[in-house]
Amino acid sequence: MLKFVLRRCLLVVPVLFGLLVLTFVLIRVAPSDPAAALAGENATVEQIQAIRQQYGFDKPLTTQFVLYIGQVLRGNFGSSVYSNRLVVDDLTLRLPATLELTAAALLLAIVFGVPLGVLAAVAHNSVLDHLLRVFTVGGLAIASFWFAIMMQLLFSMELDWLPLRGRLGIMTDQPPDWTGLYLIDSLIAGRIDIFLDAIRHITLPAITLAFGGMATITRFTRAGVLDILQTDYVTYETAVGYPRWIVISVYVLRNAIVTAVTQIGLLFGALIAGAVVVEYIFDWPGIGSYIVDAILTADYNAVMAVTLLIGVIYALVNIVVDLVHALIDPRVAEQL
Amino acid sequence: MFLIVRKFARDIPAVFGLAIVLLAIILFFFGELLAPYPLDIYESHIERRLQPPSSEYLFGTDNLGRDIFSRVILGTRISLTVSLMVVVLSMLIGVPLGLVAGYFSGWISEVIMRVTDVFLAVPQLILALALAQLFSPSLESAMIALTLTYWPFFTRIVYAETRRLKVSLFVDALQCIGTGTSRILFAHILPNSASPIIVRATIGMGFTILTAAVLGFLGMGATPPQPDWGLAIAESRRYLPDAWWFSTFPGLAIFIAVFGFNLLGDGLRDIVDPRLRRSR
Repeated sequence: MLKFVLRRCLLVVPVLFGLLVLTFVLIRVAPSDPAAALAGENATVEQIQAIRQQYGFDKPLTTQFVLYIGQVLRGNFGSSVYSNRLVVDDLTLRLPATLELTAAALLLAIVFGVPLGVLAAVAHNSVLDHLLRVFTVGGLAIASFWFAIMMQLLFSMELDWLPLRGRLGIMTDQPPDWTGLYLIDSLIAGRIDIFLDAIRHITLPAITLAFGGMATITRFTRAGVLDILQTDYVTYETAVGYPRWIVISVYVLRNAIVTAVTQIGLLFGALIAGAVVVEYIFDWPGIGSYIVDAILTADYNAVMAVTLLIGVIYALVNIVVDLVHALIDPRVAEQL
Repeated sequence: MFLIVRKFARDIPAVFGLAIVLLAIILFFFGELLAPYPLDIYESHIERRLQPPSSEYLFGTDNLGRDIFSRVILGTRISLTVSLMVVVLSMLIGVPLGLVAGYFSGWISEVIMRVTDVFLAVPQLILALALAQLFSPSLESAMIALTLTYWPFFTRIVYAETRRLKVSLFVDALQCIGTGTSRILFAHILPNSASPIIVRATIGMGFTILTAAVLGFLGMGATPPQPDWGLAIAESRRYLPDAWWFSTFPGLAIFIAVFGFNLLGDGLRDIVDPRLRRSR
């Protein structure tokens, strides 16, 4: 098992290295004058010259690349033109917001997606199954930014049930900054009022973000349950005379969940990508809205840092998923 | 062939998807003739701005008094052009790379597949956004950014198919009679892996309409006054909640188009992949 963990982690190294090369090309080689791009629009000639020396743009590309790797490893992504702060500080401040939102969305997607998938598989080829199929294909066809706006229009503007934007109301105190996750921090501090306000604020963005993921989970759970329903041991359990609901809830579901769990890695990428637009529309102060602001203000440092960060998170999640998969199903570990 | 058609015809959602796709194609070619106010791409009529849907303006009018129904119809051409170009160009890059990487082993295959891994290591939308900001906003830059991030999906599929077919008997036979490598790859292996490529391309059409709409929405694709669906939704946000029709209908158009391609792709996949067919 230890060997598997090590090998799986080693596999990520070339990918991360490639990602470094890619961002290096994007930030240093593609722009005609990277120093000017890095310094921002209002920089003076002296400032550009200073940046050129600081980052070593006057040196050969290979030397520059080695320097670049050194800077990235030290967490030095330069400062953001947009916020006038170090990119790395911005990211540490904003990452918890994104994690909280994606975790809430993932939870919603699983809680609703898995039962719907089981339902579709059990009612295989019935009207319900067809309806759920249309629903899942439809869920993946909705543009999340449009869905977000429609949710705002209905629940915030027309019905006035939920807040339009942000993580907390302007009148609400900030919870103490322990984990950066407002839902958890407010609970630890025993501030139920902040907790409820945070819940009210996260509801719409989380539902919007969860929608596509729920469709994916429903589809994979359905496929997984159908596959397992056709295995010999299910036929055996049925022949022995177990009631159908016991066969499904005890024997089928446990094995089908494995398939669904391994999809979470894939889903996570979709959630992060979805968070970009959802955060932007709901003014959610996470890394998704950060990258949009960075792009709109041509903030190279910030864009590349977020791209790298998401690549690293994505790789880590995939490692964890593979490890969980290997724990559940030892055959996977042997394949690698 | 007949069997395939009959099987497809029995799959009601897939037929429904095909109907939507056909409708989109009709709107693509004859949009100008079918739109009630085809000149509303460029002409504004301030005197009738932000009017709610009526028999005269089915979807209402926008902030410049342009008929939204006409602009949604004319937006079909933009959306389909972008997604078709992106999918075709991605295929032109991704398929040959997949064939080469799958057929040969050694460093060339390793290099291609590791580069593919890198591109797949970041969600496509994020990479496309990072790329698109290097260019000035236009439909062309959106297309380039989306193509540069979509080709690895084709490489992956073709690579797997080629690996599978490479060891099959007919390829052995072809090698024995001295058929040239490029002939084996393009005249024999490629046609045999056509089905998964077609399925991927169909689903890719829907997927690309969505991502292109995001780029348009964020102002990195189409530029005003182009009747782009994503751009229209971005323009409409300032007029909410009063002018609900302004954001609603372009979004519905995106949804219906993507829905059509996805249903069709799903149906095609069921026909192509016998393993999935069993579980349907």
